[in-house]
Amino acid sequence: MRAIRVIPCLDVAEGRVVKGVNFVDLRDAGDPVKLAAEYDRQGADELVFLDIGASHENRDTTVAMAAAVAEEVFIPFTIGGGVRTVDDARSLLRAGADKVSVNSAAVARPELIAEIAREFGSQCCVVAIDGRRVSTERPEGGLRDEADTARTGNGLDGQAESRDASDIPSGFEVYTHGGRTPTGIDVVEWARRAVDLGAGEILLTSMDRDGTGDGFDHEMTRAVTDAVSVPVIASGGVGGVGDLAPGVVKGGADAVLAATIFHFGQATIADAKDALSSAGLTVRPA
Amino acid sequence: MSGVDQGLESEAPAGASNGDGRRPAIAVLDYGIGNLRSAQKALEKVGADAHLTDSPSMIEEADGVVLPGVGAFGACMSALREAGLDEQAEQAVADGRPFLGICVGMQMLFEESEESPGVAGLGLLPGRVVWLPDTVKRPQMQWNRLSCRPFADDSMAGRMLRGLDGSWMYFVHSLAAEPSDLTAATVDYGGPVVAAVAADNIFAAQFHPEKSAEPGLRLLANFVELCRDQQGSGADINHAGDHAADLHPAS
Repeated sequence: MRAIRVIPCLDVAEGRVVKGVNFVDLRDAGDPVKLAAEYDRQGADELVFLDIGASHENRDTTVAMAAAVAEEVFIPFTIGGGVRTVDDARSLLRAGADKVSVNSAAVARPELIAEIAREFGSQCCVVAIDGRRVSTERPEGGLRDEADTARTGNGLDGQAESRDASDIPSGFEVYTHGGRTPTGIDVVEWARRAVDLGAGEILLTSMDRDGTGDGFDHEMTRAVTDAVSVPVIASGGVGGVGDLAPGVVKGGADAVLAATIFHFGQATIADAKDALSSAGLTVRPA
Repeated sequence: MSGVDQGLESEAPAGASNGDGRRPAIAVLDYGIGNLRSAQKALEKVGADAHLTDSPSMIEEADGVVLPGVGAFGACMSALREAGLDEQAEQAVADGRPFLGICVGMQMLFEESEESPGVAGLGLLPGRVVWLPDTVKRPQMQWNRLSCRPFADDSMAGRMLRGLDGSWMYFVHSLAAEPSDLTAATVDYGGPVVAAVAADNIFAAQFHPEKSAEPGLRLLANFVELCRDQQGSGADINHAGDHAADLHPAS
């Protein structure tokens, strides 16, 4: 039996949840422990905390937050954002996080994935990939038709300045630093390499869809789920619970992540699970 | 989760029901592997005095012992042996104290694993650990629904799994024990996969009860109760008749 996981994502900075979470009966909307406990109560299958203020100065507060959450919340949770070294990962895992997610630092130095996997096991090493469709307006040309005819490059050795369609055969490019920095790396090739290095799970976010409410980028999700053997979490673009099941049915994802629809009371975890269930998918009842 | 059982909360002094008022001491074996704090915190939540420890004296004095584990079988076994905790685990089992293995901590109780050929397990349980079928995604990283085998109310399986048939637990694993007479519960993942085993004073779970919300805490509470019975009396868990009324055999 394959049960699809529903994962709310909370943005945190300096140990506090930011961008507001609007639960009616919650006095402190910034308290990560209370919010996590509420999502646990609602039946969330896992939680992701994304440290968006990630700088080395506030690592301690993030570690303290992980410890506080681990005191009270007994479902798995992942912490991402600003994990640059094995020591960063160790302090978060020792504090009680179940998994850490790496993004920009792993693109800069892919061995980080292998180091974390070797030290703590693949099961706690999530690689977050932020992808965008290659722009068709780029002067050097990134059209998908052209890309499909040029599947020779592995995409990982390409330098940003030499980027052309042959570097991005899938048509989806990895971005870092919160989706601001193009890398010239192919999303699918990067996902494969991350798994070869020891990633236990891929958290795949469409930066084109993120914040739009237009639904997941199913084509990108499918390209990655077809390419790797580990679980893939679809992320970016959920505007309603009806957007969740297509991430699984069309995209092939094993888990679905959303933020806005849950935080502002538009949908409960139970609503999300009902929607998945209605689409014929198995979920753990909320 | 709706319907969280308030009885699991530890606001009331745990152990209050058993006269001496001491929370049962549980040693969570710390051999430097992975996230052990969750197991400790969850045990404390349900009324134990739980310690992450590699101290022989603390382990010897514990009412119950938990062997957690994540990562590779071979790496866990060598770390366990290096810390000298293999002998502590064997001693706790030989003493008849309640013993709980979790995830790779369950797998290490067997003789060997396909994951690390040539590496001997603790061999406290007969049998081996094998890869999940290659027809399904590995690892299984999800919640799955327990299907309990019929058990006697006062058996180890009965005391640990009471009321938990059909409940959902969180799994992260690529291998599992081969089915045997010891199998206490399975889940469906490309076929029946062993989710829990029980034998005498040993219970072991392939899932993570410390990460399985209310049903997981309930299972840990059941373990703490076994440890409470062990406390002082050295009670034989196979004759814990005073709890029989609470038990629900699996259908």
